[in-house]
Amino acid sequence: MNSVAAIIEASQVSAPVAPQSAAPALIRASGVSKIYRMGDQTVRALDDVSLEIAKGDFVAIMGASGSGKSTMMNLIGALDRPTTGHLAIDGRDIATMSSDELADLRNGTIGFVFQQFNLLPRTPALNQVILPLLYAHPRPDDLEARAHHRLEQVGLGKRTDHLPSQLSGGQQQRVAIARALINNPKILLADEPTGALDTKTSEEIMKLFGELNAEGITVIIVTHEPDIADFARRKLVFRDGKIIDDTERAPLKAATAAKDRVL
Amino acid sequence: MTLFDSLAIAWTALRSNLLRSILTTLGIIIGVASVIILVSVGSGARVEVEKQIASLGSNMLVVFSGSSRGMGGRSAGAGTDLPIAEGDVAAIRDKVQGVIAISGQLNGSGPVVNGNTNWTTTLSGVHPDFATVRDWPVRAGRDFTPQDIRASAKVVILGQTAVKQLFQDEDPIGATIRVKSAPFQVIGVLAPKGQSAMGRDQDDVALIPMTTARGYIVGKSQVQSDQVGQLYIKFDNSTDLKDAQEQIETLLRQRRRIQPGAEDNFNVRNLAETMKARTEVLSTMTYLLAATSVISLIVGGIGIMNIMLVSVTERTREIGLRLAVGARQRDIMRQFLVEAVTLCLIGGLIGIALGVGAAAIVANAADWPVVISPAVIALAMAAAAGTGIVFGYFPARRASGLNPIEALRSE
Ligand SMILES: Nc1ncnc2c1ncn2[C@@H]1O[C@H](COP(=O)(O)OP(=O)(O)O)[C@@H](O)[C@H]1O
Ligand SMILES: [Mg+2]
Repeated sequence: MNSVAAIIEASQVSAPVAPQSAAPALIRASGVSKIYRMGDQTVRALDDVSLEIAKGDFVAIMGASGSGKSTMMNLIGALDRPTTGHLAIDGRDIATMSSDELADLRNGTIGFVFQQFNLLPRTPALNQVILPLLYAHPRPDDLEARAHHRLEQVGLGKRTDHLPSQLSGGQQQRVAIARALINNPKILLADEPTGALDTKTSEEIMKLFGELNAEGITVIIVTHEPDIADFARRKLVFRDGKIIDDTERAPLKAATAAKDRVL
Repeated sequence: MTLFDSLAIAWTALRSNLLRSILTTLGIIIGVASVIILVSVGSGARVEVEKQIASLGSNMLVVFSGSSRGMGGRSAGAGTDLPIAEGDVAAIRDKVQGVIAISGQLNGSGPVVNGNTNWTTTLSGVHPDFATVRDWPVRAGRDFTPQDIRASAKVVILGQTAVKQLFQDEDPIGATIRVKSAPFQVIGVLAPKGQSAMGRDQDDVALIPMTTARGYIVGKSQVQSDQVGQLYIKFDNSTDLKDAQEQIETLLRQRRRIQPGAEDNFNVRNLAETMKARTEVLSTMTYLLAATSVISLIVGGIGIMNIMLVSVTERTREIGLRLAVGARQRDIMRQFLVEAVTLCLIGGLIGIALGVGAAAIVANAADWPVVISPAVIALAMAAAAGTGIVFGYFPARRASGLNPIEALRSE
């Protein structure tokens, strides 16, 4: 077991504590609903959800299939707007933002990791990681150096020219994580990131998320598996578009809070 | 996202479906190739016709004897017609406005001999104005003088082909050759003229004074004492040739006492106009080809649109991903437009290669100059790129309008 897991194990002893008030809310949802209309039927995918997620937190979202987890992630990821209610990401209400502003928010503030990795076919790892930089404003010059650095960070420094077909599932997910990190996001969103991986690889990926969180990135993952959720500090459980449970295991680590100040 | 990024993405996408990409561009290839062929061959043919018009001599009318009913304007039994005579020449020179030069051309043929070298060529009796009328200068030596005509001098001016055949590298000026076994002195050499509109080598000729030809060379028995063969008349630039043609016709009808209502037994022609009419046939063909290329480009464009729509569908997930990592709608729009334009430009390049090749073959077969101007290439590429933009727009719009969540969820 690595140090992150050890910390988690140790922290499980202590009772859940509310996030420190010193850490400002990076994500603030108030009365958010998302309603899908299909013909004359309406689906209330999210039903009046209010929620705050602090900077530097590590959150796992759980719940049955169809409970609204992905819908919530898509809203936090600025891929969609709520039907009603307000959702502020990094202090800005996404309802008031233009589609270009949302694109820039996704590009610079948010990193996405998907269950199916979503790598481009026939594209080497380095170019996969560079992709978000191509859409950055301003577009940096040292694309390859940055991508190299991130691939090293996820342990793939020697596989920069490998195609997706030449990488294992875990390695592909690492490339996807490197891609999500390339623009130094504040928030890392992962919707069932281990859903397509075996147990051992899943744990390695979760360890990586733990390390990234320790560096100060706010990590939010969706998972079905309690073992995976245990890597997080805070657990949210959704049912029928509402949060029915919100447990916190330990205060935000002092180390993380300290790093925040440096960053 | 820079244009180079878009190009690189486009190239990767097209290369991964190389065969499909090339087949898709077939319509563009045909369209662009026909643009090239059309303009190149069309302008090559036009250049050739213009050259021939120029080689006839500019601002010129030709008078033949014989009615206009027969083939080529002359009736079959030309010998029985009332020929054009010296009197007609003098009358036209005096009475028709704007004449600056006038010359008959009485044609025959016969052997020309220099030492041991024997060559059969066209013998033409002409007036001293001949070089001026036909825009066909004497390049070396001298032209005929009125004195040569009056005296029926035995002097000859040779065309380039005749010189080459008789003298090879020798200097012909001043040499004595035998024309139909009579000794003639070579006084000049004509500038090269090239082929006539009918494909005859105009340089294979020996010019002699009209009087000499009449009395001596061209089958004496058939030749009336003052006939001049066909008559070339050159006018100054301010003369309206239609007007001049009418004046000549009126004058000749009077001189020949043709009753009102009776048919002319002569024929005044503007050969340049006749040849221009031929270029009009050519431009009709040009329009047909232009229509072909426009239709191919439209069909090609629809092919491009179709394949781009397929591509958008196939790559929906990729588009979703790009949107999720921060691509703006216009980035996606531009990427697919660049892709469509790249596809069209690739087709355009292939089309240009084929078109240039085909134009060269056609021009070679027809013995026309190949005229492939950079402007034509640019036009063809612009047509291809324009097709890409027009027909790529709709698929690109569709791609950029995709909902990122649904796009990411698609299979
Ligand atoms: N685009 C959509 N159109 C209609 N209904 C949708 C759409 N997206 C999600 N839903 C519905 O919203 C509810 C929540 O879905 P989702 O957030 O994907 O659940 P999950 O917790 O499994 O991720 C489900 O009932 C789902 O069918
Ligand atoms: Mg889901």
